[in-house]
Amino acid sequence: MYSEKVMDHFQNPRNVGEIPDADGVGLEGNPVCGDVMQIWIKVKDDRIMDAKFKTFGCGAAIATSSMVTELVKGKTLDEALQISNAAVAQALDGLPSHKMHCSNLAADALHKAIDDYRNKARGDAQAKDAGAAN
Amino acid sequence: MKRIYLDHAATTPVAPAVLEAMLPYFTEKFGNPSTLYFYGREAKQAIEDAREKVAAIIGARPQEIIFTGGGSESDNYAIKGAAFANEARGKHVITSAVEHHAVFDTCKFLESRGFEVTYLPVDEDGLVSPDEVAKAIRPDTILITIMHANNEVGTIEPIAEIGRIAREKGVYFHTDAVQTAGALPINVDELKVDLLSMSAHKFYGPKGVGVLYVRRGTKLTPLIHGGGQERKRRAGTENVAEIVGLAKALELAQEGMTARNERLIRLRDRLMNGLLEKIPELKLNGHPTRRLPGNVNVSVLYIEGESMLLNLDFKGIAASSGSACTSGSLEPSHVLLAMGMPHEVAHGSLRLTLGNENTEEDVDYILEVLPGIVEKLRAMSPFYSQAHSQARA
Repeated sequence: MYSEKVMDHFQNPRNVGEIPDADGVGLEGNPVCGDVMQIWIKVKDDRIMDAKFKTFGCGAAIATSSMVTELVKGKTLDEALQISNAAVAQALDGLPSHKMHCSNLAADALHKAIDDYRNKARGDAQAKDAGAAN
Repeated sequence: MKRIYLDHAATTPVAPAVLEAMLPYFTEKFGNPSTLYFYGREAKQAIEDAREKVAAIIGARPQEIIFTGGGSESDNYAIKGAAFANEARGKHVITSAVEHHAVFDTCKFLESRGFEVTYLPVDEDGLVSPDEVAKAIRPDTILITIMHANNEVGTIEPIAEIGRIAREKGVYFHTDAVQTAGALPINVDELKVDLLSMSAHKFYGPKGVGVLYVRRGTKLTPLIHGGGQERKRRAGTENVAEIVGLAKALELAQEGMTARNERLIRLRDRLMNGLLEKIPELKLNGHPTRRLPGNVNVSVLYIEGESMLLNLDFKGIAASSGSACTSGSLEPSHVLLAMGMPHEVAHGSLRLTLGNENTEEDVDYILEVLPGIVEKLRAMSPFYSQAHSQARA
């Protein structure tokens, strides 16, 4: 059985959608297991200003996606990287044990979005350096 | 809130007349059927009457009817019983890739005990090919077990044709008729089966009681040893009230079956056609016509089954899905995968099974609420936006 918080986030998910000019995008999950999450983040001064998600999956998958986008807004990237899948589940008052493994991937998707942002930022910086050298 | 039960393939409510027939056997007629005094004789008589009724309905002899603890026990008994009793002749069993877990997992167990099992493929409608059965038979084949109709997609298998092949080759033939008993006419001679499983709670009887039909002369090793009940084939004091309930329920199911099925097929087709009309990118699963009267199974592309079920539950509708989340495993339905469906489509399956108390209004209510649920879930599905942006590009 799902907690009331899970049902609330499932029924009224927060931050559904895409950010067209996102600074980082993370995709996590596997269609074989039936849960795929995509998270978009907007970053300013090393801080996450906005986060949105789209998720294919069960109640737990949708609720954890919704919760992670709530938890992460306003956090610095380093703070956001500290958020674990377990912490997301805890913020939802727990998940049924069989859902902990397969449907609790939202924090992983978030971390991938942060990695994506940092890789891009590094790439931009290198391109700028290369430009400066010429 | 309005509540609509659309999961009759999972279980059905006990019919009032069935409950009424059962009640005296809990209280005043409580005797142990193995005793010789009045109380015992009364209970024994009730069981033998039930046995005769069931036998008459499926074209069997009363001695060929064994009462069990339900469909899973009947399947286990048929398969393990036949395998262990006949292993001196061979250790090969043939089944299909779409069986219920009571058959599938029992076959897996036999493999762990040194038996070899052939899992026959099915076509995209879920049908087993009798030719494939014939080709799979070897000199050491001792048992073929193929379900009468599939519990998920409702496809009705060509049991009589497979039965003819099995008999020509002298191989025992078992069918899991848990979805068809009480729903379709069953005659064990026409189906040419040696073993057939039934479960009362699928046809408005109580849970925890079933039947294994065992054709005379079929060698089976008992699963449960103990007292001499059921001609020493199933030990344990008989579940008298439930056996009485099973027979009553089967009798009621038999009466007016044709008219009831015509009504169910009308409702089913109204629901199937309505879903196809109202929800784009929806796929019908199972055979279009060779299917159980009350079974509708669809895959709604780009969304997942459990999230559909939860949303339907908010609207008072009880349904089922083949998604991994609802099965408690990581894999979606083995039935849908065997029919060649990709994983993400199998996760989006929805099974709606109609029963006697459902009405046209019920069907129309689902057709009213489901499109909105699908739209909401698709709006948050990355697959939906991907597929549609690709289509636009």
